[in-house]
Amino acid sequence: MIKRFVTFLLILLVGFFFVSYVVKVKPADKLPSLANDYVNKGIDDVGSANIVTAVVVTFRGLDTLGEVSVLFIATAGVGFLMRIEDKKSKLIKKRPASELLRTGTNFLMPLIFLFGIYIFLHGHLTPGGGFQGGVVIATGVLLLLLAFTSSDINHTLLNITESFSGAFYVTIGALGLFLAAGFLDNRILPVGHFGKLLSAGAIPVIYSLIGIKVGSELVGILDSLHKDE
Amino acid sequence: MILVSIIGALLVLIGLWGMLTQKNIIKIIIGFSIIDTGTHLLIVSIGYIKGGTAPIIDKTIARSSVVDPLPSALVLTAIVIGLAVTALMLVYAIQLYKQKRSLDINDYKELKC
Repeated sequence: MIKRFVTFLLILLVGFFFVSYVVKVKPADKLPSLANDYVNKGIDDVGSANIVTAVVVTFRGLDTLGEVSVLFIATAGVGFLMRIEDKKSKLIKKRPASELLRTGTNFLMPLIFLFGIYIFLHGHLTPGGGFQGGVVIATGVLLLLLAFTSSDINHTLLNITESFSGAFYVTIGALGLFLAAGFLDNRILPVGHFGKLLSAGAIPVIYSLIGIKVGSELVGILDSLHKDE
Repeated sequence: MILVSIIGALLVLIGLWGMLTQKNIIKIIIGFSIIDTGTHLLIVSIGYIKGGTAPIIDKTIARSSVVDPLPSALVLTAIVIGLAVTALMLVYAIQLYKQKRSLDINDYKELKC
Protein backbone atom coordinates (compact mmCIF):
# COMPACT_ATOMS: atom_id res chain seq x y z
CA MET A 1 0.00 0.00 0.00
CA ILE A 2 2.73 2.44 0.98
CA LYS A 3 4.76 1.31 -2.05
CA ARG A 4 1.92 2.19 -4.39
CA PHE A 5 1.56 5.62 -2.79
CA VAL A 6 5.26 6.35 -3.07
CA THR A 7 5.26 5.21 -6.72
CA PHE A 8 2.34 7.52 -7.48
CA LEU A 9 4.10 10.41 -5.74
CA LEU A 10 7.30 9.80 -7.69
CA ILE A 11 5.48 9.73 -11.04
CA LEU A 12 3.66 12.93 -10.06
CA LEU A 13 6.98 14.60 -9.24
CA VAL A 14 8.61 13.63 -12.56
CA GLY A 15 5.40 14.65 -14.36
CA PHE A 16 5.53 18.04 -12.66
CA PHE A 17 9.07 18.61 -13.98
CA PHE A 18 7.96 17.76 -17.50
CA VAL A 19 4.86 19.97 -17.30
CA SER A 20 6.91 22.96 -16.19
CA TYR A 21 9.16 22.40 -19.22
CA VAL A 22 6.38 21.88 -21.77
CA VAL A 23 4.41 25.03 -20.85
CA LYS A 24 7.44 27.29 -21.22
CA VAL A 25 9.08 25.91 -24.35
CA LYS A 26 8.58 27.62 -27.72
CA PRO A 27 10.02 26.61 -31.09
CA ALA A 28 12.72 28.94 -32.37
CA ASP A 29 12.25 31.16 -35.42
CA LYS A 30 15.60 30.69 -37.10
CA LEU A 31 18.54 28.33 -36.80
CA PRO A 32 20.95 28.96 -33.94
CA SER A 33 24.38 30.11 -35.10
CA LEU A 34 26.13 26.76 -34.59
CA ALA A 35 23.48 24.87 -36.58
CA ASN A 36 23.63 27.55 -39.29
CA ASP A 37 27.41 27.05 -39.54
CA TYR A 38 26.98 23.28 -39.74
CA VAL A 39 24.36 23.55 -42.51
CA ASN A 40 26.43 25.98 -44.59
CA LYS A 41 29.75 24.20 -44.11
CA GLY A 42 28.03 20.84 -44.60
CA ILE A 43 26.82 21.85 -48.06
CA ASP A 44 29.87 23.82 -49.20
CA ASP A 45 32.90 22.12 -47.64
CA VAL A 46 31.78 18.58 -46.85
CA GLY A 47 29.50 18.29 -49.90
CA SER A 48 26.87 16.06 -48.30
CA ALA A 49 23.17 16.56 -49.04
CA ASN A 50 22.14 14.94 -45.75
CA ILE A 51 23.29 17.41 -43.10
CA VAL A 52 22.76 14.95 -40.23
CA THR A 53 25.23 12.59 -41.93
CA ALA A 54 27.72 15.43 -42.28
CA VAL A 55 27.39 16.16 -38.55
CA VAL A 56 27.61 12.51 -37.46
CA VAL A 57 30.49 11.43 -39.71
CA THR A 58 32.58 14.59 -40.12
CA PHE A 59 31.83 17.35 -37.64
CA ARG A 60 31.23 15.02 -34.68
CA GLY A 61 33.15 12.06 -36.08
CA LEU A 62 34.93 11.28 -32.83
CA ASP A 63 31.58 10.68 -31.10
CA THR A 64 30.71 8.18 -33.83
CA LEU A 65 34.01 6.39 -33.24
CA GLY A 66 33.12 6.15 -29.55
CA GLU A 67 29.65 4.87 -30.40
CA VAL A 68 31.10 2.13 -32.62
CA SER A 69 33.36 1.15 -29.71
CA VAL A 70 30.37 0.97 -27.33
CA LEU A 71 28.54 -1.32 -29.72
CA PHE A 72 31.64 -3.51 -29.97
CA ILE A 73 31.89 -3.75 -26.17
CA ALA A 74 28.21 -4.67 -25.94
CA THR A 75 28.66 -7.43 -28.53
CA ALA A 76 31.74 -8.73 -26.73
CA GLY A 77 29.83 -8.70 -23.45
CA VAL A 78 26.90 -10.63 -24.92
CA GLY A 79 29.25 -13.17 -26.51
CA PHE A 80 31.13 -13.60 -23.25
CA LEU A 81 28.02 -14.00 -21.07
CA MET A 82 26.34 -16.44 -23.46
CA ARG A 83 29.30 -18.72 -24.04
CA ILE A 84 28.55 -22.40 -24.38
CA GLU A 85 29.78 -24.26 -21.32
CA ASP A 86 29.68 -27.81 -22.66
CA LYS A 87 29.81 -28.89 -26.28
CA LYS A 88 26.93 -31.38 -25.87
CA SER A 89 24.27 -28.68 -25.71
CA LYS A 90 24.94 -27.56 -29.28
CA LEU A 91 23.26 -30.63 -30.78
CA ILE A 92 19.67 -29.79 -29.80
CA LYS A 93 17.51 -30.00 -32.94
CA LYS A 94 14.83 -27.41 -33.40
CA ARG A 95 11.50 -28.03 -35.10
CA PRO A 96 11.65 -26.94 -38.76
CA ALA A 97 9.58 -23.90 -39.74
CA SER A 98 6.52 -24.03 -41.98
CA GLU A 99 6.79 -23.99 -45.77
CA LEU A 100 5.19 -20.54 -45.97
CA LEU A 101 7.94 -19.04 -43.83
CA ARG A 102 10.69 -20.81 -45.73
CA THR A 103 9.39 -19.76 -49.15
CA GLY A 104 8.82 -16.19 -47.99
CA THR A 105 12.35 -16.03 -46.60
CA ASN A 106 13.82 -17.35 -49.83
CA PHE A 107 12.14 -14.49 -51.62
CA LEU A 108 12.65 -11.72 -49.07
CA MET A 109 16.18 -12.21 -47.78
CA PRO A 110 18.09 -10.93 -50.83
CA LEU A 111 15.73 -7.95 -51.04
CA ILE A 112 16.30 -7.09 -47.38
CA PHE A 113 20.08 -7.29 -47.83
CA LEU A 114 19.85 -5.12 -50.94
CA PHE A 115 17.76 -2.57 -49.06
CA GLY A 116 20.23 -2.47 -46.17
CA ILE A 117 23.17 -1.98 -48.53
CA TYR A 118 21.25 0.78 -50.33
CA ILE A 119 20.60 2.57 -47.03
CA PHE A 120 24.21 2.73 -45.91
CA LEU A 121 25.59 3.42 -49.36
CA HIS A 122 23.30 6.45 -49.84
CA GLY A 123 23.80 7.78 -46.31
CA HIS A 124 24.89 11.18 -47.59
CA LEU A 125 21.92 11.61 -49.96
CA THR A 126 18.85 10.12 -48.25
CA PRO A 127 17.79 9.60 -44.63
CA GLY A 128 19.62 6.73 -43.02
CA GLY A 129 23.24 5.78 -42.90
CA GLY A 130 25.58 3.16 -41.52
CA PHE A 131 23.77 2.22 -38.31
CA GLN A 132 20.35 1.97 -39.90
CA GLY A 133 21.64 -0.10 -42.85
CA GLY A 134 23.49 -2.46 -40.52
CA VAL A 135 20.33 -3.07 -38.47
CA VAL A 136 18.32 -3.85 -41.62
CA ILE A 137 20.95 -6.40 -42.69
CA ALA A 138 20.78 -8.00 -39.24
CA THR A 139 16.98 -8.34 -39.53
CA GLY A 140 17.51 -10.25 -42.79
CA VAL A 141 19.75 -12.69 -40.96
CA LEU A 142 17.16 -12.93 -38.16
CA LEU A 143 14.58 -14.00 -40.75
CA LEU A 144 17.07 -16.63 -41.91
CA LEU A 145 17.54 -17.93 -38.36
CA LEU A 146 13.78 -18.14 -37.80
CA ALA A 147 12.94 -19.87 -41.08
CA PHE A 148 15.87 -22.29 -41.43
CA THR A 149 16.24 -23.34 -37.81
CA SER A 150 19.22 -25.59 -38.39
CA SER A 151 21.38 -22.96 -40.05
CA ASP A 152 24.82 -22.39 -38.63
CA ILE A 153 26.54 -19.03 -38.89
CA ASN A 154 30.29 -18.97 -39.34
CA HIS A 155 31.63 -17.11 -36.31
CA THR A 156 35.15 -16.81 -37.70
CA LEU A 157 33.91 -14.96 -40.78
CA LEU A 158 31.86 -12.61 -38.58
CA ASN A 159 34.82 -11.83 -36.35
CA ILE A 160 37.13 -11.19 -39.32
CA THR A 161 34.57 -8.91 -41.03
CA GLU A 162 33.92 -6.92 -37.90
CA SER A 163 37.58 -6.51 -36.95
CA PHE A 164 38.65 -5.47 -40.43
CA SER A 165 35.83 -2.92 -40.81
CA GLY A 166 36.67 -1.36 -37.48
CA ALA A 167 40.40 -1.26 -38.15
CA PHE A 168 39.85 0.15 -41.63
CA TYR A 169 37.58 2.86 -40.24
CA VAL A 170 40.29 4.02 -37.83
CA THR A 171 42.87 3.84 -40.66
CA ILE A 172 40.76 6.14 -42.81
CA GLY A 173 40.49 8.49 -39.87
CA ALA A 174 44.26 8.48 -39.42
CA LEU A 175 44.70 9.10 -43.18
CA GLY A 176 42.81 12.33 -42.62
CA LEU A 177 45.67 13.51 -40.40
CA PHE A 178 48.18 13.24 -43.29
CA LEU A 179 46.13 14.01 -46.40
CA ALA A 180 43.58 16.55 -45.07
CA ALA A 181 42.92 18.90 -42.22
CA GLY A 182 42.53 16.50 -39.32
CA PHE A 183 41.40 13.16 -37.91
CA LEU A 184 38.35 11.75 -39.74
CA ASP A 185 38.28 14.60 -42.24
CA ASN A 186 36.28 13.42 -45.22
CA ARG A 187 38.20 15.43 -47.83
CA ILE A 188 40.88 12.76 -48.34
CA LEU A 189 38.76 11.71 -51.33
CA PRO A 190 37.47 14.37 -53.79
CA VAL A 191 34.25 16.06 -52.72
CA GLY A 192 32.72 15.77 -56.22
CA HIS A 193 29.35 17.08 -57.45
CA PHE A 194 26.72 17.84 -54.85
CA GLY A 195 24.02 15.18 -54.79
CA LYS A 196 25.72 12.42 -56.74
CA LEU A 197 26.43 8.99 -55.29
CA LEU A 198 30.22 9.37 -55.54
CA SER A 199 30.40 12.66 -53.68
CA ALA A 200 31.08 13.93 -50.17
CA GLY A 201 34.59 12.57 -50.10
CA ALA A 202 35.13 9.64 -47.76
CA ILE A 203 31.60 9.69 -46.25
CA PRO A 204 30.23 6.77 -48.38
CA VAL A 205 33.34 4.72 -47.56
CA ILE A 206 33.12 5.46 -43.83
CA TYR A 207 29.40 4.79 -43.64
CA SER A 208 29.75 1.55 -45.62
CA LEU A 209 32.38 0.36 -43.17
CA ILE A 210 30.19 1.33 -40.22
CA GLY A 211 27.21 -0.44 -41.84
CA ILE A 212 29.18 -3.67 -42.34
CA LYS A 213 30.58 -3.49 -38.81
CA VAL A 214 27.21 -2.87 -37.16
CA GLY A 215 25.57 -5.57 -39.29
CA SER A 216 28.12 -8.22 -38.38
CA GLU A 217 28.04 -7.23 -34.69
CA LEU A 218 24.26 -7.55 -34.49
CA VAL A 219 24.40 -10.86 -36.35
CA GLY A 220 26.91 -12.01 -33.75
CA ILE A 221 24.54 -11.00 -30.92
CA LEU A 222 21.64 -12.82 -32.64
CA ASP A 223 23.74 -15.91 -33.10
CA SER A 224 24.88 -15.98 -29.44
CA LEU A 225 21.26 -15.77 -28.32
CA HIS A 226 20.11 -18.31 -30.94
CA LYS A 227 22.69 -20.95 -30.02
CA ASP A 228 21.63 -20.88 -26.37
CA GLU A 229 19.58 -24.01 -25.72
CA MET B 1 7.01 20.56 -31.31
CA ILE B 2 4.82 20.84 -28.24
CA LEU B 3 2.96 17.69 -29.23
CA VAL B 4 6.17 15.70 -29.67
CA SER B 5 7.44 16.96 -26.30
CA ILE B 6 4.19 15.95 -24.60
CA ILE B 7 4.29 12.48 -26.17
CA GLY B 8 7.93 12.07 -25.18
CA ALA B 9 7.17 13.09 -21.59
CA LEU B 10 4.17 10.73 -21.48
CA LEU B 11 6.31 7.83 -22.70
CA VAL B 12 8.92 8.54 -20.01
CA LEU B 13 6.20 8.53 -17.34
CA ILE B 14 4.65 5.31 -18.65
CA GLY B 15 8.06 3.62 -18.78
CA LEU B 16 8.88 4.80 -15.26
CA TRP B 17 5.57 3.43 -13.98
CA GLY B 18 6.31 0.13 -15.72
CA MET B 19 9.79 -0.15 -14.21
CA LEU B 20 8.52 0.59 -10.70
CA THR B 21 5.41 -1.58 -10.53
CA GLN B 22 5.98 -4.64 -12.70
CA LYS B 23 7.25 -7.92 -11.27
CA ASN B 24 8.35 -9.70 -14.43
CA ILE B 25 11.95 -8.94 -15.39
CA ILE B 26 11.15 -8.77 -19.12
CA LYS B 27 8.44 -6.19 -18.44
CA ILE B 28 10.92 -4.09 -16.47
CA ILE B 29 13.29 -4.19 -19.44
CA ILE B 30 10.46 -3.14 -21.76
CA GLY B 31 9.76 -0.23 -19.39
CA PHE B 32 13.37 0.83 -19.69
CA SER B 33 13.11 0.70 -23.49
CA ILE B 34 9.99 2.89 -23.38
CA ILE B 35 11.83 5.47 -21.22
CA ASP B 36 14.59 5.42 -23.84
CA THR B 37 12.17 6.14 -26.68
CA GLY B 38 10.51 8.98 -24.74
CA THR B 39 13.86 10.61 -24.07
CA HIS B 40 14.82 10.45 -27.72
CA LEU B 41 11.55 12.12 -28.72
CA LEU B 42 12.16 14.88 -26.16
CA ILE B 43 15.68 15.54 -27.45
CA VAL B 44 14.61 15.61 -31.11
CA SER B 45 11.76 18.01 -30.35
CA ILE B 46 14.25 20.60 -29.08
CA GLY B 47 15.65 21.14 -32.57
CA TYR B 48 12.43 22.20 -34.23
CA ILE B 49 12.42 25.48 -36.15
CA LYS B 50 9.06 27.04 -37.02
CA GLY B 51 8.09 26.03 -40.54
CA GLY B 52 11.25 24.00 -41.03
CA THR B 53 11.68 20.66 -42.74
CA ALA B 54 14.12 17.77 -42.59
CA PRO B 55 17.79 18.77 -43.10
CA ILE B 56 18.30 16.97 -46.42
CA ILE B 57 19.10 19.46 -49.16
CA ASP B 58 17.98 18.93 -52.73
CA LYS B 59 16.54 21.10 -55.52
CA THR B 60 13.33 21.84 -53.67
CA ILE B 61 14.63 22.55 -50.16
CA ALA B 62 16.60 25.73 -49.54
CA ARG B 63 19.28 25.75 -46.92
CA SER B 64 17.44 28.33 -44.86
CA SER B 65 14.31 26.26 -44.19
CA VAL B 66 15.76 23.25 -42.40
CA VAL B 67 15.48 22.30 -38.75
CA ASP B 68 18.46 21.95 -36.44
CA PRO B 69 20.49 18.86 -37.43
CA LEU B 70 22.41 18.63 -34.16
CA PRO B 71 19.74 17.03 -31.88
CA SER B 72 19.03 14.44 -34.60
CA ALA B 73 22.72 13.51 -34.70
CA LEU B 74 22.82 13.20 -30.89
CA VAL B 75 19.72 11.00 -30.89
CA LEU B 76 21.35 8.73 -33.52
CA THR B 77 24.08 7.98 -31.00
CA ALA B 78 21.58 7.65 -28.15
CA ILE B 79 19.54 5.04 -30.01
CA VAL B 80 22.61 2.86 -30.51
CA ILE B 81 23.53 3.18 -26.83
CA GLY B 82 19.98 2.18 -25.90
CA LEU B 83 20.29 -0.90 -28.10
CA ALA B 84 23.57 -1.91 -26.46
CA VAL B 85 22.20 -1.52 -22.90
CA THR B 86 18.97 -3.39 -23.72
CA ALA B 87 20.92 -6.28 -25.27
CA LEU B 88 23.08 -6.64 -22.16
CA MET B 89 20.04 -6.42 -19.86
CA LEU B 90 18.27 -9.18 -21.78
CA VAL B 91 21.35 -11.39 -21.56
CA TYR B 92 21.42 -10.85 -17.79
CA ALA B 93 17.74 -11.82 -17.64
CA ILE B 94 18.54 -15.06 -19.50
CA GLN B 95 21.34 -15.93 -17.08
CA LEU B 96 19.17 -15.13 -14.05
CA TYR B 97 16.46 -17.41 -15.41
CA LYS B 98 18.99 -20.21 -15.84
CA GLN B 99 19.98 -19.95 -12.18
CA LYS B 100 16.55 -20.09 -10.57
CA ARG B 101 14.00 -20.85 -13.34
CA SER B 102 11.94 -17.79 -12.42
CA LEU B 103 11.45 -14.37 -14.02
CA ASP B 104 9.85 -12.82 -10.93
CA ILE B 105 11.96 -10.03 -9.48
CA ASN B 106 10.88 -10.96 -5.94
CA ASP B 107 12.86 -14.20 -6.15
CA TYR B 108 16.17 -12.39 -6.52
CA LYS B 109 16.61 -10.69 -3.19
CA GLU B 110 20.17 -11.70 -2.34
CA LEU B 111 21.52 -8.17 -2.68
CA LYS B 112 18.84 -6.67 -0.47
CA CYS B 113 19.85 -5.92 3.11
